[in-house]
Amino acid sequence: MKSLAELQAIKEKMKGKVSLREGSSDIRVVVGMATCGIAAGARPVLNKFVEEVEKAGLAGRVVVSQTGCIGVCQYEPIVEVYEAGKEKVTYAKMTADKVAKIVEQHLKGGKVVSEYVLADIK
Amino acid sequence: MKELSLNILDVTENSVKAEATLVTIEIYESEQSLKISIIDDGYGMTEEILKGVENPFYTTRTTRKVGLGIPLLKMAAEMTDGTFKITSKSKEQFPDSHGTVVTAVFNKNHLDFTPLGDTVSTVTTLIQGHPETDFLFKHSFQDNEVLLDTRQMREMLGEVPLNSYEVIKWAEEYMREQYEGLYKI
Repeated sequence: MKSLAELQAIKEKMKGKVSLREGSSDIRVVVGMATCGIAAGARPVLNKFVEEVEKAGLAGRVVVSQTGCIGVCQYEPIVEVYEAGKEKVTYAKMTADKVAKIVEQHLKGGKVVSEYVLADIK
Repeated sequence: MKELSLNILDVTENSVKAEATLVTIEIYESEQSLKISIIDDGYGMTEEILKGVENPFYTTRTTRKVGLGIPLLKMAAEMTDGTFKITSKSKEQFPDSHGTVVTAVFNKNHLDFTPLGDTVSTVTTLIQGHPETDFLFKHSFQDNEVLLDTRQMREMLGEVPLNSYEVIKWAEEYMREQYEGLYKI
């Protein structure tokens, strides 16, 4: 049985790790989570990003966050990738299945997955 | 929306935007009906704004804080011959007791009932996106209950942010384990 006491162990394990993570991330992955995004399937996309970023060992460099309506509701779920010194990349019509490739190729390898980018989907 | 849990996620985002410190999500379920309540202590709405939020064609968008989320939940409930209610107290008028309560009741056996879906994923998504806000999630079926209170988690975690991967995973497993027993009588 899981219990709240297990959080104590997580706290111990994460001592020191917390301050290290703060401010050190240089990539921000933002998922649109307004009504349009949620209806189109943003929830599993977000959760998959959280999962894959952790699995790829990028948790220190990449922050996954949520935002409201990005303004092009017909292309939801939309994911934006912000990286210091680079132009913003917008992925459209996202699915959980597309996430692993973006994490591996773009977030880890630095190469944009152009076939998922908004401009190309239009 | 494909699942009511997505409506819950969507409407709870309104509570967070209204600067709620605590959002309570309650699901009461019986064999026949399902009742969802979302209760927050955010800045609330004046009567005038409240009148408009149920109407998807309400046009004073600049003053309105709610989009299609409320009409969609209302429609999902009314499609099952259920009921929908929203009440609110604005911060200006009720500085000590402000907030909004959304309640939707569904007839589970109606042909047009939307399945509840993955509520666990809704709660972990909320924690991931809003680690500073507290959420109390309660889903009861007859005498059984699933419960998660981020205030209790915070007490155990101290400085560790609630949206840490390990914490989100724990919350997910903690709730899934409770769900295994929810429908066992």
